[in-house]
Amino acid sequence: MPTSTEIAYDTKIEGDVVVTRVDAALNWFRKNSLWPMPMGLACCAIELMATGASRFDISRFGAEVMRFSPRQSDVMIVAGTVTYKMAMAVKRIYDQMAEPKWVIAMGACASTGGMYRSYSVLQGVDRIIPVDVYVAGCPPRPEALLDALIKLQDKISKEPFLAQQKNAGSNS
Amino acid sequence: MGAKELALQLKARFGDLLSDPVEFRGEVTLQVVDAERMPEVCAAAKSDFGFDYLVDLSSVDNYGSDPRWTLVYELYGYGHHCHLRLKTGVSEEKSELATVTTVWPTANWHEREIYDMMGIRFRGHPDLRRILMWEGYPYFPLRKDFPLSGKPSEVPDVAFTKPAPLEGGPFVTIAGGKDRMVREPRVRIPETDSVETNARLERRKDIQQAHGPGPIEKASS
Repeated sequence: MPTSTEIAYDTKIEGDVVVTRVDAALNWFRKNSLWPMPMGLACCAIELMATGASRFDISRFGAEVMRFSPRQSDVMIVAGTVTYKMAMAVKRIYDQMAEPKWVIAMGACASTGGMYRSYSVLQGVDRIIPVDVYVAGCPPRPEALLDALIKLQDKISKEPFLAQQKNAGSNS
Repeated sequence: MGAKELALQLKARFGDLLSDPVEFRGEVTLQVVDAERMPEVCAAAKSDFGFDYLVDLSSVDNYGSDPRWTLVYELYGYGHHCHLRLKTGVSEEKSELATVTTVWPTANWHEREIYDMMGIRFRGHPDLRRILMWEGYPYFPLRKDFPLSGKPSEVPDVAFTKPAPLEGGPFVTIAGGKDRMVREPRVRIPETDSVETNARLERRKDIQQAHGPGPIEKASS
């Protein structure tokens, strides 16, 4: 069930009082402070760095706080080729991230294995962790990654957070 | 003094153990007949002929012929700036030879890589573990009879592998083919598209049936 994406109603009659729904507000907080876990594994990581630098400036979307600790991050950006040897480490770091958490598979390799049809390469990171947004490209340009971030923000803003909590509570 | 002269002196020292030096495009190669005596030759090349640097140590899989393995030692001397290549053959049954880490410590990782990728063991190596793949991986992936797509394997809590979907090409290679048309088919064979390429030697017959013999076989028949 998608919720309303409208954040607030600012009434002129009563003065500076903002009325909103709790889950819309929660989603709004979340989507504008997505701290990335930069899972830079190959050349895509260079584009990820460019996205964070001044020319493209990921901080315009509230995602400039690259955290190298899974405990402090919200979205894992898997940038690069995931080998089988690295796969378990990626999964472990994902498992260590606190909820709520999201994943962006950046580039062809992270999405499908890309050109590495090989004995050593995991054929898409979605075989071990759930992916929210896939980015095409080899490597994708920073604009593409920013577009993925905006798409993820759209997705988050539609998440029925409270309804999920309520259902989870009634089921138990 | 050039590499040729150094090679001839080395040959004079060891006699029938070494072949005559072969020069190709300015690079000199010596074949060592007995792989077991490789460390002896290397030690002499380093101490008495100034080859103080092991540039590379690599291996070749001559799939289908004997000896199956060729070990290639690239030697260089910083004193005389000469390059020398030593080659030696190792049979598949044996798949073992003595280490040269006693001569050049840098051979440590080179030999580990050869062990990891080809499955050739080095007797006397101080730390013969896999270097690229993980401990417990059951295959040697650079062998010619290992499929590019890989084979399923699992080491719990360490890693797993599954065959990659190659779908018949374009990177499929077939070990032991006579010519490149057979070894590297550039066609997709519809009925085998969904089949993983593990049984590639069988498929070689399919390819020949579907597309006729390669150009060399045509010319000879």
